[in-house]
Amino acid sequence: MKPVRIANGQGFWGDSLQAPIEQVRRGPIDYLTLDYLAEITMSIMQKQRARDPRSGYARDFVSMIEEVLPDLVERKIKVVANAGGVNPEACRDAVIEVAKRAGFAGKIKIGVVAGDDIMDRLDDYLARGVELNNMETGESLATVRSRVQSANVYFGGRAVADCLAKGAQIVIAGRVTDTGLALGPAIHEFGWAADDWDRLAAGTIAGHTVECGAQCTGGNCLVDWETIPAPADIGYPIVEAQPDGTFVITKHEGTGGRITVASIKEQLLYEMGDPREYITPDCVADFTTIQLEQAGADRVRFSGIKGRPATDLYKVSVSYSAGWKASGSLVYGWPDAMKKAEAADRITRERLERLGLKFDHIVTEFVGANACHGPLAGDPSPDIAEVQWHIGVRSEDKHAVERFTREIAPLVLNGPPTVTGFGGGRPKVEEIIAYWPALMPKSEVAPVISAVEA
Amino acid sequence: MAKVKLLKLAHARSGDKGDMANVGLIALKPEYYPILVKEVTAARVKEHFRGICLGEVERFELPNLGALNFLLHESLDGGGTISLKTDAQGKTYSTALLRMEIEVPDSVAF
Repeated sequence: MKPVRIANGQGFWGDSLQAPIEQVRRGPIDYLTLDYLAEITMSIMQKQRARDPRSGYARDFVSMIEEVLPDLVERKIKVVANAGGVNPEACRDAVIEVAKRAGFAGKIKIGVVAGDDIMDRLDDYLARGVELNNMETGESLATVRSRVQSANVYFGGRAVADCLAKGAQIVIAGRVTDTGLALGPAIHEFGWAADDWDRLAAGTIAGHTVECGAQCTGGNCLVDWETIPAPADIGYPIVEAQPDGTFVITKHEGTGGRITVASIKEQLLYEMGDPREYITPDCVADFTTIQLEQAGADRVRFSGIKGRPATDLYKVSVSYSAGWKASGSLVYGWPDAMKKAEAADRITRERLERLGLKFDHIVTEFVGANACHGPLAGDPSPDIAEVQWHIGVRSEDKHAVERFTREIAPLVLNGPPTVTGFGGGRPKVEEIIAYWPALMPKSEVAPVISAVEA
Repeated sequence: MAKVKLLKLAHARSGDKGDMANVGLIALKPEYYPILVKEVTAARVKEHFRGICLGEVERFELPNLGALNFLLHESLDGGGTISLKTDAQGKTYSTALLRMEIEVPDSVAF
């Protein structure tokens, strides 16, 4: 059977603007999937929506759709994206407006997967005994309730498939799992049942492989990284899915990058927990059952994947305000660059103490010597050409963090010599948005699925 | 027997989940996998990352991929947006692990 080609064109909000367009134009695909949501994204979007009720989604998505819409309509390519953020309906309306303006009114159906935003229902849940305790610490949500910025349930591939079944050519979702974006089309195309655990696990693992875009096609690849072909034109991944749950990961012909068993293994292990228990709303996938095989140039075949029944819980991601932070840096040059940077750090810490400022934590790093590998890097050469001194603080007290930001630049005149790198100006004070992972019974919430003509 | 860096025997990728980093360690050749299983224990990895990993280290085996997955708890200064570290996501811990030296037969050490 001719495989269904499911392409990924975005690994996170901020990934290549060109990648989704190339995925559409440089070869055959049936689906374009795009992952826009990280945990921090939801809280940013909540703030945007609080200021403007028509915002709170990934605007990049709308401009991208505007550019490729003629191709999508002509070639009947479907799009699945969690670009809806905390306002998928507003994102849909923006896409409809773009479609009408381009003369595609009545020619394309836009779907929405919503219902994941439980911000307004939090107190109701807590009152009814749905606890939303922190999965890692066991703490009650009540301890941070007043500081909550966003709260979303992760829906899975089934919700995406249900939206496609309503005839949507473009599916705009809120907080759908990254893996569900690719699994959804496979469920829709092949009619995989809700208890077909092995195939659902296969679709989930296909989704995991491509969810980080080019990170499986030679990007961030350690093996033979210097010889990856044409990295400036790196191809993004495509799943060639079969109804039996086997699939091949490949990319468009003529694009750069490299897909090998090695590049695929690196991505499979990315952000991995217990490999036998990869839990999603759709199933529990077992990564120890995957069999890989190089099936031609830039083609890796997956088979043998096993899954187990899904749990009866959804994961919930709550974000909350957790204080303030700032970090600043200066660069010290040869000779004795490291010693000078260390002196700057000592002087600054002493000044912060004399000012009576209280911080929860202060972190010092010396970029060029130990910022990546810490003590494992060993002592730098005494002859090191330059070192960037980097200091960060965090505190519940915004004033203390603000005061800290005034203590970096003065060192240029009143600290150790051969110093530069202050061009960026005073460090910025940032609000810390922290995450509260929780679980809730699936019976308490359901996706809200719709599709309308543009 | 000879001492070699893991860099000669394996490749790796790392990432984050909150304050926990994961490091996937992948044998460059199938015959290296049993060596990794024997030598690169959770206890050795915990010792290797002293001063970085403040919590426990868990190890999982993926013989089908010739790979081990390590979870390094409490390793990212709170993780994500809380962390003040340059590498708040532990993305360079992959090669930090490859600095480890292990004992291998001379035939493996080239």
